[in-house]
Amino acid sequence: MSADAWASSVRDRDRLLHLLQEYGVYAALTLLFAVAVGLDTSFLSVSNVRIQLFQVAPTLLVALGMALVIGTEGIDLSVGAVIALSAAIVPLYLGYGLPLAMAIALLLGAVCGAVGGAMVALTRIQPIVATLSLMIGVRGLAELFNGDSAKPVTDSALLALGSDSFAGVPLMAWIAAGCALLAGLVVRRTTFGRQLVAIGDNRQASRLSGLPVRRVLIAVYVLSGVLAALAGVMIVGHGAEADPANQGLTMELSAITAVVVGGTPLSGGRVRVLGTVAGAHFMQLIAAVLTQHNVPASYTQIIEAAIICFAVYASQERGTR
Amino acid sequence: MSPTVLQPTALPPDPSPAAAPDQVPLRERVASQLQRRGALAVLVLVAAIASATSSTFPTWSNISSILGNNAFVWLLALGMTFVIMTGGIDLSVGSMYALGGVLAAYGAHTGGTWLALLLPLAVGAAWGTLQGLLVARAGMAPFIVTLAGLLGARGLLQALTNEGATTYLVPANSAFRSFGAGTWTPVVIVAALFVAGSLLLTRTRFGATLTALGGNENATRLMGLPVARTKTLVYLLSGTLAATAGALGSARLGSGVTTIGVGYELTAIASVVIGGTLLTGGSGSIGGTLNGVLLLAVIHNLIDHYFSQYGSAFTDTVNGGFLALVVLLQTLLSRTQQLS
Repeated sequence: MSADAWASSVRDRDRLLHLLQEYGVYAALTLLFAVAVGLDTSFLSVSNVRIQLFQVAPTLLVALGMALVIGTEGIDLSVGAVIALSAAIVPLYLGYGLPLAMAIALLLGAVCGAVGGAMVALTRIQPIVATLSLMIGVRGLAELFNGDSAKPVTDSALLALGSDSFAGVPLMAWIAAGCALLAGLVVRRTTFGRQLVAIGDNRQASRLSGLPVRRVLIAVYVLSGVLAALAGVMIVGHGAEADPANQGLTMELSAITAVVVGGTPLSGGRVRVLGTVAGAHFMQLIAAVLTQHNVPASYTQIIEAAIICFAVYASQERGTR
Repeated sequence: MSPTVLQPTALPPDPSPAAAPDQVPLRERVASQLQRRGALAVLVLVAAIASATSSTFPTWSNISSILGNNAFVWLLALGMTFVIMTGGIDLSVGSMYALGGVLAAYGAHTGGTWLALLLPLAVGAAWGTLQGLLVARAGMAPFIVTLAGLLGARGLLQALTNEGATTYLVPANSAFRSFGAGTWTPVVIVAALFVAGSLLLTRTRFGATLTALGGNENATRLMGLPVARTKTLVYLLSGTLAATAGALGSARLGSGVTTIGVGYELTAIASVVIGGTLLTGGSGSIGGTLNGVLLLAVIHNLIDHYFSQYGSAFTDTVNGGFLALVVLLQTLLSRTQQLS
């Protein structure tokens, strides 16, 4: 093979990887959807679509926050624990009405995010360790607040939030869609969004060019905490019980997977909101299709692990490093 | 910065450049000692206070239960030390611990003692190698590879046990059980592996390479050291140790418990960090990790004793808070050292 042909084949491969990185998730989602419908046309039924939307909404919310954090070259492992905290807090304050209970849950989510963000931004602890300590500590705290057993939730407003629909689409899905739209606007149209991406690309350069690095970093982790807390409220409303020992377990993994499958590189400097939405749906559909065709949960897990590895490999930036 | 700190450097006239290493400012020396031996100091302090205030803490039955019940889990921290020294992280060890236990029980159930030992070792080594290759050759971030590993190993375990419905038992008359019996067998096995690990880290070419790798990967590569091979070996080591720990644990428990090991990676990381190993890699010691695991074990023992009414949730809360505190202190200490 001549050097020229070799060079062009390398170029082809790079272009292919680039295309895969940019549009792979949409193609995969379309293909998977087609396969699912081909295997079983009842997949298109209104009830099934509604079930999928109910299940994907909390993951999507968390994944949106995670996408912002990953955009700053960080990671937030505490989201599952924040969900648990929110699940532990909501029943305690439901007596004062849903708005207040929700406000307190979101506030605590923001506090958790602020603590993690402060550790990352002010003392420059690696994000993975800062949020790891929160992940352990906050879940313990949530279980302490709640006591030993899961609590049933009967508040009609909260149950309505978790199961009602507007125009045929679950309220939870509307909220998640609204948040996705907001996240997209923030990333594309606001100074904050530009700063966030710049910090993820090169923190040193951002600091030297006078960006408020610390403030932006803390704000990003606070956003992630608030979104996780909101997801926690929804999970409680949908499941009609508060179970901090189990709710939100491995949510950090699902969220990271959705973001990574959506083509956002872990090395920061780029946030793909629409990709994240597609990634969350892709992982939801994979799990749903496998479950509906009686594949054991263990194989589903192994397949998901393989997908994560492949997605990370494909979304890596290839440079001279 | 303060006058007292400057005194030792200001007083003697500087006769030769050879005297320079002695003149590290006091503040910096204290910081480096604290970082390296802080865990040991706190361990001695906590143990002393506990012995003075509690009548049950210093008894042999309590100490032997701390040692015997926890020793195998400390091997996860041993493997994690190597990984963190290279600047990586291995989140799959908790799942690997559980998988190793199930494989050992399965091996003891079907083939006897040798299969019970070899099967987990082989699978742990293979799984670790796969993760190492993905990190070292494909250049993927360690935490995401091992996060997928955590998920995959757990899935493999579930597949082996019919979704957790089957629990393999180690036959009551199996010689394999003797590996986990009593207090001294686990302690001797674990101590021997820690000594071997310490020698590997400080006395061999492999140890020197992985320390250099954690300090500066590019420089290490430019020096012509085998970066990719060393990285792969480090994950192999961690996976093998985790599976071994699980196998020995199942020898003690008498069965392959499928639900064990969740969150063990966090305790392992916490022990390593508390022991003074820098998360950025390049600096740390096996002895420090030993202090870290002992300190956490003593603290958990005390929590179980005094706050048992709150259950394990309280232990988790303290764990998280303690980890945050230590990492914070470490960052401040290492900054003190770099400033001057």
